[in-house]
Amino acid sequence: MGRYVIRRLLQMIPVFIGATMLIFLMVNVMGDPIAGLCGERACDPATKAQLQQEFGLDKPVWQQYVTYMGNVFTGDFGTAFNGQKVTDLMSTAFPVTLRLTLVAILFEIVVGVTLGVVTGLRRGRPVDTSVLMLTLVVIAVPTFVTGLLLQLLLGVKWGWIDPAVSPAANFSELIVPGLVLASVSLAYVTRLTRTSIAENRRADYVRTAIAKGLPQHRVITRHLLRNSLIPVVTFIGADIGSLMGGAIVTERIFNIHGVGYQLYQGIVRQNSQTVVGFVTILVIVFLVVNLIVDLLYAVLDPRIRYA
Amino acid sequence: MRGATHAKWAAGAVVVALAATACGGGGSSGGSGASGIVRSSWGDPQNPLEPANTNEVQGGKVMDMIFRGLKRYDPKTGKAENMLADKIETKDSQNFTITVKDGWKFSNGEKVTAKSFVDAWNYGASLKNGQKNAYFFGQIDGYDKVHPESGKQTADTLSGLKVTGPLTFTVKLNQKFSTWPDILGYAAFAPLPKVFYTDHAAYVKKPIGDGPYTVESYQRGSQMSLRKWDGYPGSDKAQNGGVDLKVYTDNNTAYTDLTAGNLDLVDDVPASQLKNVKNDLNGRYINTPAGIIQTIAFPFYDPAWNKPNSDKVRKGLSMAINRPQITKTIFNDTRTPATDWTSPVLGKDGGYKAGLCGDLCKFNPTEAKKLIQEGGGIPGGQLKIGYNADTGSHKQWVDAVCNSINNALGNDKACVGAPTGTFADFRNKITNQKLNYPFRAGWQMDYPLIQDFMQPLYYTDASSNDGKWSNKQFDALVDKANAEPDTAKAVQDFQKAEEIVRDNMVTIPLWYQNGSAGYSSRVSNVSLNPFSVPVYNEIKVK
Repeated sequence: MGRYVIRRLLQMIPVFIGATMLIFLMVNVMGDPIAGLCGERACDPATKAQLQQEFGLDKPVWQQYVTYMGNVFTGDFGTAFNGQKVTDLMSTAFPVTLRLTLVAILFEIVVGVTLGVVTGLRRGRPVDTSVLMLTLVVIAVPTFVTGLLLQLLLGVKWGWIDPAVSPAANFSELIVPGLVLASVSLAYVTRLTRTSIAENRRADYVRTAIAKGLPQHRVITRHLLRNSLIPVVTFIGADIGSLMGGAIVTERIFNIHGVGYQLYQGIVRQNSQTVVGFVTILVIVFLVVNLIVDLLYAVLDPRIRYA
Repeated sequence: MRGATHAKWAAGAVVVALAATACGGGGSSGGSGASGIVRSSWGDPQNPLEPANTNEVQGGKVMDMIFRGLKRYDPKTGKAENMLADKIETKDSQNFTITVKDGWKFSNGEKVTAKSFVDAWNYGASLKNGQKNAYFFGQIDGYDKVHPESGKQTADTLSGLKVTGPLTFTVKLNQKFSTWPDILGYAAFAPLPKVFYTDHAAYVKKPIGDGPYTVESYQRGSQMSLRKWDGYPGSDKAQNGGVDLKVYTDNNTAYTDLTAGNLDLVDDVPASQLKNVKNDLNGRYINTPAGIIQTIAFPFYDPAWNKPNSDKVRKGLSMAINRPQITKTIFNDTRTPATDWTSPVLGKDGGYKAGLCGDLCKFNPTEAKKLIQEGGGIPGGQLKIGYNADTGSHKQWVDAVCNSINNALGNDKACVGAPTGTFADFRNKITNQKLNYPFRAGWQMDYPLIQDFMQPLYYTDASSNDGKWSNKQFDALVDKANAEPDTAKAVQDFQKAEEIVRDNMVTIPLWYQNGSAGYSSRVSNVSLNPFSVPVYNEIKVK
């Protein structure tokens, strides 16, 4: 197990370098970001040269990358164009997005898995059909439609919530945005769990457990659910990464100043330092979460061993 | 990006539809904010909050609240009026003596003196500080030493600035410029307290100025709380207890928050909401001219666009655009069809001359077709109009302009839009002369003078002469106008220069842009100044 973890951690290094290099190159291909800083006019050449020097943009790309990576390892992610340290931006943006992701994942686990178990056990019954229909609708409707609709109904018309989240972004404010963010994945989790449960219900070990005379809730939680969760865990694990980076739409609708918003602004302003910094962290999150998911397999299914 | 833009529009449509049926009376329930505080929408300023480094509206809002300079542009008329300046005297339009009023202070108690100005201007001009508005000091003698076009600076201070007393200083310009004092209302010329230089990092976190407001707290990227400064000595004291500027991720969200009563002022009403803004807000919506003109510029550096007869093609294209129709259908009258190359905010005395463009800016398809044919047709057979696709819904109007041209010429391939992904990349292509087709050009004035609509844009090798047009006659007229001590005569000379721009159709004027804002029932006396910044200090809270 230990060796396996170390091997996986070592494998992360080339993935990490490759991913950051790709991002760095892609941002650079977009052209000179200084040109966008002077409004609808050309920056005067001297100021432009000064700014390029300040942000290290006058050097060749490979040298910029090497310097950047060197700085990253000492914890310096550079400075955004508005003079703010990228690490400052991260320290305000990541906690917010983390809370949002947490709310979303909780929704996925609690609502998604519960619905999946209920429908999986009652296959073909009215509950099953109606939940299936509902998930189909949720998957078919794009996030921004659900987001704007809920914002308008709950926020403006009924006044249950504030349509825009405050900068503090407490958990209570993030419930509706979290639900919107989770909605599509939630539907998938429901469907995955349902299929998995329905399939395993007829497995030998379940029949054995029932034959042993175990109470039903124990059969379901200890035997059926545990074995059925493997595909669901894979899905949710991969989803954590995409939720964190892919919250751009939800974050813009609900005025959440998180990672998605910073990324969007970084891209629009061609602020390579911000974009590369944030994506680098997201890459790390992806890698770590994937590792944890793989390790969770062994916990869920003792037959799986890592050497 | 395109997908996202579509998404935004579609989303907007959904909100529009729902808003129309659901919330006629939104915005009536305000009151969760502290009493007397105006809650206003904001965007994250692009640059650090230094006066000589702020060149966009979001940072400009803060500058307008916490700083007062020698002059201030009247929020209604746009006229430059003395603020901290007691008097500005000159005999030869080149050497100025400035006297600062006594009794002004920064909000930290420091006195505003002549030195506060001179040091601030030297800082702004100095190349090593990388201030984006440095070019504003370009007319002051010694600028070429402090801010050389290339290489290192050889001086740290402008030789044209001299402190002659606690409240007086002299300015020597490097050429005659009679209306120069009128540009002093721009934020870049604001005075700075000593702490700006001694503890710069702390200053940028919480700026200090001499304006009617002080910064109470500033959480970068999310909110700035400004409060009325009771010790402010000026006549334009704040009429409210303060302003909370809140950063919104999207102007649609800000608008929704306004209709829900959680916000008092949105100064950037989303295009998709313009249709129902009057119903949503019960008339609490303003739409006033701003000093912005949109044009189509031509690449004169490309020989295909700089032939002897090319002006006929340009004139023909101008006549092929149905301006009133586009401003009405695409912009819901937040733009006004242009009839000259300046802006209505200048006023008649300031140089705005409605109808100067004459028939050349009127829609006339038959004449348009004729002129383009006489001029040898569109170079390359197809007109492309370059624009950036990321901001400002440019795609919509470029497509509409092309549609208009195509209809006029009876050829549905005569004109197409040529998008560039981001604004920075678009500007890059323009500066490096990589566009060999006409492109959109927007000009937001720095100060309300006709000079600002002519010289930077059309003078040979001027800073924003992106198309690289050059005309000796035009240059001579501008030089003459700048040296003219009588303002009225100077304006006339500029208008003569503008006629040369018209006769060559250097750029096609499209429309004047308005500033628009919606506000809640909690506040009144809301207006926008000619720079489309809300006049915060005059807003009253019920």
